[in-house]
Amino acid sequence: MSSTRQRDDRRAAWWFLIPALAGFAVFYGYPAVRGAWYSVTDYTLLNTPSFVGAENYTTLVNDGKFWYSLLVTGWYVILNIGSQTVLALGVAALMHRLTRSVVLRATLLLPWLVPNVTVALLWMWLLDTNLGFVNHLLTAIGLDTVGFLTDATWAMPSIAAINTWAYTGYTALLLYAGMLQIPQYLYEGASIDGAGEWRMFRSITLPLLRPVLALVLVVSLIGSFQIFDTIAVTTQGDPASATRALYYFIYEQAFTYFKMGYAAAAAVFLTLILGVLTAIQMRLLRASRSDLA
Amino acid sequence: MRTGRILGWAVLAVIVVATVFPFWWMVRTALTPAGDLFTDNAGLLPQNPTLINFARVLGLTSEAEARAAGGSGAHIDFARYILNSAIYCTLIAGFQTLFCAMAGYAFARLRFPGRDLVFAVLISALMVPPIFTLLPNFVLVKDLGLMNTMAGMVAPTILMTPFAVFFLRQFFLSLPRDVEEAAILDGNGPWGIFWRIALPMSRGPLITIGLTTIVWAWKDFLWPLLVGRGEDNRLVTVALGVFLQQSPNTQPDWTGLMAASTLSVLPVLVLLVLMGKRLVQSLNFTGSK
Repeated sequence: MSSTRQRDDRRAAWWFLIPALAGFAVFYGYPAVRGAWYSVTDYTLLNTPSFVGAENYTTLVNDGKFWYSLLVTGWYVILNIGSQTVLALGVAALMHRLTRSVVLRATLLLPWLVPNVTVALLWMWLLDTNLGFVNHLLTAIGLDTVGFLTDATWAMPSIAAINTWAYTGYTALLLYAGMLQIPQYLYEGASIDGAGEWRMFRSITLPLLRPVLALVLVVSLIGSFQIFDTIAVTTQGDPASATRALYYFIYEQAFTYFKMGYAAAAAVFLTLILGVLTAIQMRLLRASRSDLA
Repeated sequence: MRTGRILGWAVLAVIVVATVFPFWWMVRTALTPAGDLFTDNAGLLPQNPTLINFARVLGLTSEAEARAAGGSGAHIDFARYILNSAIYCTLIAGFQTLFCAMAGYAFARLRFPGRDLVFAVLISALMVPPIFTLLPNFVLVKDLGLMNTMAGMVAPTILMTPFAVFFLRQFFLSLPRDVEEAAILDGNGPWGIFWRIALPMSRGPLITIGLTTIVWAWKDFLWPLLVGRGEDNRLVTVALGVFLQQSPNTQPDWTGLMAASTLSVLPVLVLLVLMGKRLVQSLNFTGSK
């Protein structure tokens, strides 16, 4: 009966959509336009913004600090995503072949559930130059203490390691969920043929996990580019700008120097980078669906 | 093969220890008197365990007592901040899940002109990084006079997030249609079907989105730092940051900070114990935030 008549739920639909559409218009759509407008003005939070054309963008392109923050962000992303992905892949593969324990999975998830601020404080204490546990260990085995978060060479690797600690379990569980989709008989067959675990990992797990792995990688990359909390708590961009990542750079421009227009221009730049990554993510999301359905 | 399995378990054991030990050290430091930090730093348990650090971060000691125990003497009350965070999480998770379910259902099931276009515009917001909208949203909340209010803090996320709408629409699309057709024949309108049929059938995905939202809201830092630094509505994460900056000497107040950090982990631990299985199972592809 209902299928013969073309339904039109126009009136009902608006009631369903009013809260979400209002939220979108006020806190996504309007600010997106406003942010783009700021980026071509001299807005400082205190003045009435006036149009300055591409000035913020030309300043940005010639700002060594901006390029340095981009470099620092890239260094962080490489260290963090590299270590985190390899570790998570290892942990997921081990769990996949050894156990289905929910308790183990919940334990590995714990660091992800804790606020980044707490994680940062906790590791700031463990890595403290004088009293930190890690430096106690180093002295105990006869090494010199290291200023993990105060030495310009060590600061960014330390922050990358902290976030690798916080996100490896979570990433491993995502990969593990992907591995559970791989048919078990493939492993049984390979085992009968005398293949070892390493061989099975390389020729069964890795190739069949590829869509999921690619998706997880892009999602982690997007998150990694937006590193902020850990830096804001531990180093505030120091020592010697070694940890002034792009997100922190934008935050400082806007809320320390009140250069809202300039910050908005830098944010446009970050949006472009992340936009490309998100577009790739959307494609992969579709691809991974059809592969594993 | 057997040695391989033993080796594998050994590696997993190392990972588990590396995951859990830092938390243990946090609790251990929280139980140590501040004066002992230089001498008592090797054993797994403190030599003179004390609860004074918890007492002072909960605001249960006098200013003089707090100062004597290594604090700055500034007013702190983590019970209050945890309550604020709990209110923040509950408001956002509850309303956002409901509103996004409504929107997701409309996009999946109702027929109206422009549906796919509106959905595409909504989803395009996934491409915009939070910092881009954060700057103007800060100005907006300031102009509306909502600084340091719970309303200003929850405003940007309480009505919708593009991801939740997307996720719940995907789920509603997969619901079998025949139950709904039967409900239409029984004289139900769209509201009746949504409340009586669709929502009860989607308990799993709704809990998934709700839980994920709670976790993210609990971790929120930058936005509440910008609009909610005031004492009245300060969240746990912001309070931890403020507490670190209040440290009395050059050396941070580690025992107090670790006591406060422990308190910030406790609610999460309760959530993990109560909902661990659900949480672990929900990690398929919901985590793409």
